[in-house]
Amino acid sequence: MLSPAALTEIDREVAKYPPLRKQSAVMSALRIAQIELGWLSPETIEYVANYLEIPAIAAWEVATFYNMYELKPVGKYKLSVCTNLPCTLMGAESAVEYLQRKLGIGFNETTPDGKFSLKMSECMGSCGEGPLLTINNHKMKVRLTPEVIDEILAGLE
Amino acid sequence: MANEVIFHSIHLPESWKLENYLKVGGFDALKKVIAEQMPAEEIINQVKISALRGRGGAGFPTGLKWSFMPRQFPGDKYVVCNTDEGEPGTFKDKDIIRYNPHQLIEGMVIAGYTLGAVAGYNYIHGEIFECFERFEAALEEARAANLLGKNILGSGWDFDIHAHHGYGAYVCGEETALLESIEGKKGQPRFKPPFPASFGLYGKPTTINNTETLASIPYIVKHGGQKFLELGKPNNGGTKIFSVSGHVAKPGNYEIGMGTPFKELLAMAGGIKDGRKLKAVIPGGSSVPVVPGEIMMDVTMDYDSISKAGSYLGAGSVIVMDETVCMVKALERLSYFYFEESCGQCTPCREGAGWLYRVIQRIEHGQGRAEDLALLESVAGNIMGRTICALGDAAAMPVQGMLKHYRNEFEYHIKHGKCMVNGG
Repeated sequence: MLSPAALTEIDREVAKYPPLRKQSAVMSALRIAQIELGWLSPETIEYVANYLEIPAIAAWEVATFYNMYELKPVGKYKLSVCTNLPCTLMGAESAVEYLQRKLGIGFNETTPDGKFSLKMSECMGSCGEGPLLTINNHKMKVRLTPEVIDEILAGLE
Repeated sequence: MANEVIFHSIHLPESWKLENYLKVGGFDALKKVIAEQMPAEEIINQVKISALRGRGGAGFPTGLKWSFMPRQFPGDKYVVCNTDEGEPGTFKDKDIIRYNPHQLIEGMVIAGYTLGAVAGYNYIHGEIFECFERFEAALEEARAANLLGKNILGSGWDFDIHAHHGYGAYVCGEETALLESIEGKKGQPRFKPPFPASFGLYGKPTTINNTETLASIPYIVKHGGQKFLELGKPNNGGTKIFSVSGHVAKPGNYEIGMGTPFKELLAMAGGIKDGRKLKAVIPGGSSVPVVPGEIMMDVTMDYDSISKAGSYLGAGSVIVMDETVCMVKALERLSYFYFEESCGQCTPCREGAGWLYRVIQRIEHGQGRAEDLALLESVAGNIMGRTICALGDAAAMPVQGMLKHYRNEFEYHIKHGKCMVNGG
């Protein structure tokens, strides 16, 4: 189900922890699986659990507890915008309005062409550079203005 | 007194590279520890003299925490660094691993040596994944230079550090939830006692410190605890990084001596944006009570002074609000955060945080009832001190602070169904 490259990456994570503590790598393994497959289906979660030799429920608990895992398909680019207080003071509301108008979708929706999904996010620990968003969890874009947003969207093929 | 301890090299190009850290005296402290075979007691003593207090929010004396570790305990012991920074207003640890990761590594290695640990883990907030990758690259550099891993600097001593990322759960910043998360579980806090020093990661003795705390260690070892103490003031040693966000002209991190007047910090951050007036400050991250601007202008930035003003220094996360802010709306957003992030383990927090949010939401949206403020006080009071971890208190304290200082705004909302600040 996962490519050899992804499995090698998971093995590298497993090696960080003591022997018999493979469960410690489950957060990374689910992240790696999500990057490769776009989201975590029940089959993917069980596959990861089997690979790490842990009960499926243990992987399920993690996948459902942490909010950066996607348990349903999302668009090719998931844009998560922080809307917490510091970002709101620094203009998150207008950034969200602009994004929603430009993409024609609200939070937790995906554009009809499957390209963009929009999520409301909690604090990303980067408030000095707000308002901000992440692209597919891992790439952060900061100090959002209409111009910056236009540039970000134009750069996503 | 700015940028003395942590951000001393931040102005240099590629300050995060090992070669550049070495150029500014990086790893001198570790070399000294190993060359002189410094006794652990001596290092702990210097940390005690420095009056370094935990920079993650609780402010617990670091030297004392280190002395709890049963160093003679046979078997594995761990050092864990908490870079799971996700409380609204906090963003200092991100810049430490982004601009000066090797100083944190050096601090963690010295901690490992002092506490007799076999390995260290740095738990990094999942949302700053690019910084997680940079920290991993720094670990590789340090291993290649024999500053980490097997037989460090020819000492015959092995110690390695690994990075572990979160993936979207504020509660993992709580130290025992963080340990659960490293073990690959849901991040639900453990009941204490036992404390991590006796039953920590994988049930082994573990010391958990904040990123800024550990990154301060090389300075203390190199220059002595007394010099660090003198950068701040008694009982509040050292410099501290203050993260200033909100309505200021130049938001960002400012490393200054403990005890610096808030006025000066505000001026460093460019003052209030667009020439408006200061209304209020949340001085230590979203979970601490709000302080009105006029009180704040007389406060100095240290644990004791902010505590006298009725709030907490916390992680040094200063959220500045100008006169246009509606406190009901501000509190609505914060209360949603705690409702969303409660791990669900303790009933007072799981149910109470949702209750607080729903009541504040109806006040904000013009449907408040006359009895709502008493209800909020009752719910907040019944969460406080009745949960396993501090997230419950963190949900309750902002409500109590807002009602103490800005009760009239809530009353106006309830009576008139609209806002007295901006009419909306």
